Amino acid sequence: MNAAIAIQLGQAVLVVLLAPLFAGWVNQCRAWLQNRRGPGMLQPYRVLRKLFHKDAVLAHRASFLFRATPYIRFGCMVLAAYIIPTLASGLPISPAADVIALVGIFALGRVFMALAAMDIGTAFGTMGARREMLVAFLAEPALLMVFFTPALISQSTSLSTIVHTLAYQPFVIHPGLAFAAIAFLMVLLAENARLPIDNPATHLELTMIHEALVLEYSARHLALMDWASNLKLLAYATMGLALFAPWGIARTIDGPSLWLALACLPVKLAVAGAALALLETLSAKLRIFRAPEFLAMAFLLAVLGLLTHVLLEGAA
Amino acid sequence: MNPETLTIGLNPLPGAIPAWHGETYALKWDQTAQRVRGHGGFLVSVWGSDDSDRGQGCAMHVAYAASGALACLSLPLGQHRTYPDLSPVYPAAVRMQRAVKDLLGLQASGSRDTRPWLRHGAWAAGEAPLRKDYAIDGAGTRRSEPYAFVPVSGDGVHEIPVGPVHAGTIEPGHFRFHAVGERILRLEARLGYTHKGVEKLLETCTLDSGARLAGRISGDSTVAYTWAYSMAVEGVSRIEPPARAIWLRALLLERERIANHLGDLGALGNDAGFAFGLTQFSLLKEDMLRVNESLFGHRYLMDVVIPGGVRGDLRAGDIDRLRREADTLGRAIAALRAIYDEHAGLQDRFIKAGIVTPGLALTLGLWGLAGRASGMAWDARVDLPCRPYDELSVRAAVRRNGDVAARVNVRFDEVFESLRITRLLLDGLPGTAICTPPGQAPDRAFGVGMVEGWRGPVFIALHTGAANRIHRLHPHDPSWQNWPVLEHAVMGNIVPDFPLINKSFNLAYSGHDL
Repeated sequence: MNAAIAIQLGQAVLVVLLAPLFAGWVNQCRAWLQNRRGPGMLQPYRVLRKLFHKDAVLAHRASFLFRATPYIRFGCMVLAAYIIPTLASGLPISPAADVIALVGIFALGRVFMALAAMDIGTAFGTMGARREMLVAFLAEPALLMVFFTPALISQSTSLSTIVHTLAYQPFVIHPGLAFAAIAFLMVLLAENARLPIDNPATHLELTMIHEALVLEYSARHLALMDWASNLKLLAYATMGLALFAPWGIARTIDGPSLWLALACLPVKLAVAGAALALLETLSAKLRIFRAPEFLAMAFLLAVLGLLTHVLLEGAA
Repeated sequence: MNPETLTIGLNPLPGAIPAWHGETYALKWDQTAQRVRGHGGFLVSVWGSDDSDRGQGCAMHVAYAASGALACLSLPLGQHRTYPDLSPVYPAAVRMQRAVKDLLGLQASGSRDTRPWLRHGAWAAGEAPLRKDYAIDGAGTRRSEPYAFVPVSGDGVHEIPVGPVHAGTIEPGHFRFHAVGERILRLEARLGYTHKGVEKLLETCTLDSGARLAGRISGDSTVAYTWAYSMAVEGVSRIEPPARAIWLRALLLERERIANHLGDLGALGNDAGFAFGLTQFSLLKEDMLRVNESLFGHRYLMDVVIPGGVRGDLRAGDIDRLRREADTLGRAIAALRAIYDEHAGLQDRFIKAGIVTPGLALTLGLWGLAGRASGMAWDARVDLPCRPYDELSVRAAVRRNGDVAARVNVRFDEVFESLRITRLLLDGLPGTAICTPPGQAPDRAFGVGMVEGWRGPVFIALHTGAANRIHRLHPHDPSWQNWPVLEHAVMGNIVPDFPLINKSFNLAYSGHDL
């Protein structure tokens, strides 16, 4: 049990520390694909260090909510890091929350972020909050539908059980999962403020969604918001890997399988990050009113995955 | 339209382009405007001057372009402080007249918009910095005044103030949006944040030293400004630069056009979220700027064009190098154009965004690059050609859709046309001399210069003073006409499309704010 707790803690610490690196890797891949040299994979760490060394500036009318939000959002993402089976499944905290609760944790962070953006009353904050909610209220149902296909396959909404079923039962092709995977990818792009829904690199304040929400943050608050965003991206990536490529995640807590999990994780993340960068490089940003179409498509694909599973594999 | 149809005595001005000048009186002032408009001519610029040091009062001046000639009119005001309003005939005159009010205290009588334009409160409402009795080192008020934006009300209408400080390192302008949800109901721009008193400073210059300052009015159009300035100086001095100098000037102007278009094409891709375009086009632009640096000594070609000719010549090896550069550029841009054209996501952003219909463009006087994207087929290189453009049969790039895609396509077309012209210029570079120094210019002479910069026609009006000095110099950027049209272009579009539409116009701040 002690070993399990240690691994649980180790996994969370690893995810929190690695999150900026993954974001840096995606940005570096994007730079390479654009024929640029790029600032290097460690750039997010340098930004965080810089921000933590600065003095925070707050808007005059900022309330407690505005100051608390970075910590709440960061806390939500750390909690998600505990729940998602990144290295090993069946860890002590994983039964505490299933995939539906996980969606709720992400939503909690988002609601606070939107409230904080409106709290200071600038035009950009309100605009960003409005757009964020437009994206979110379409992305969340789609995400839930995505989860239902693997949940039906494994007869459980617990991520640990899903990983167990998909990775360690005799290998079966689940066509429904293919649709779910595409839908998940689309939700990932929308939820993490990536192209084609939002542009994480833009300086054009009128086009921003996520950036408009954090426009008034500075120093440690901004650092936590950035770090939380990095964590969210990594959480989505590891969640996707757990659902659609679970091989390598340790099933039992013993030396060899943990080493294997530790070896598999960077490889899988590197491939996932490069694929994400490629996808982003190839796409232009959608007009904001195309975002609902994009997410409706994700929802439809997820439903299709569910139907495919029910029709082909029967309501077992 | 012949200048005779204006029924005013006009005299031809010596210089590189066909231009006429004459004096008129208040009754004829707006009548002439109507007559010019009736003949399809359009407004180039409105400016004022203070001639009190000559024992006269102030004067108003206007320049029109019509059927292959410039017609300039002066209206001596004597002791009057008002003149007839031109804005009912030419809506573009509104802001120019407001600027005249700010700088010279001359008021267009009956004008509905009496708000200041360039004056933000740095000098008091009654003061006029361009008056001869206003000290150039005056301390000013060091404060700013509130500005009365046009109020908009209605159910669900909200205001979004943007700028003058932006999230990126871009120039200062304030944009006041009124939106319903994401849809833009109305946009009002406020400019003047980069007002530096260039016109006042120019009055301390000689005709020689003024060239340097003229080349810094709008840094991205330095060749256009210095050429237009030199054209005006050469006109009043009645000299003609050597043929080689003129051909080299055209070469420089086309290089400036290509470099700016490349930068814009990349930025347009980037603003639509396609960063790949930015890096590729920036690379091409940077290579060009480095060639500029090594051949002409300045990346943006500042101070290469001087009154009387150019500074810096090309050797045989340089010409080969520029030919190879043109070939490489042509291939690279053709490949990138194919990528832009075939990218569905990018075209979805470009097409039907920020439409200016040809009818609206005609009414409001849109011109230059943005005008040609809305069917206004006017290019100074074609319709008011100075040497060497009269020998090059330039083809103006014209589109009629008036959306962002049209402005992108005009840029692509113009880049290819400029490359074609570049090759012609390199092949036919005549003579050996590159400069004929202009002698002493006469006092109280008037000269004009106009060349098609990359953004549109750049116009310079020069009133000389004694001892080869500038009495009054008015530089006019094409952005004066085009800024108000931007406000119409974004109506009904969504707020997040504004940066893209704005970039597709890419209008000047410094050249406008002076």
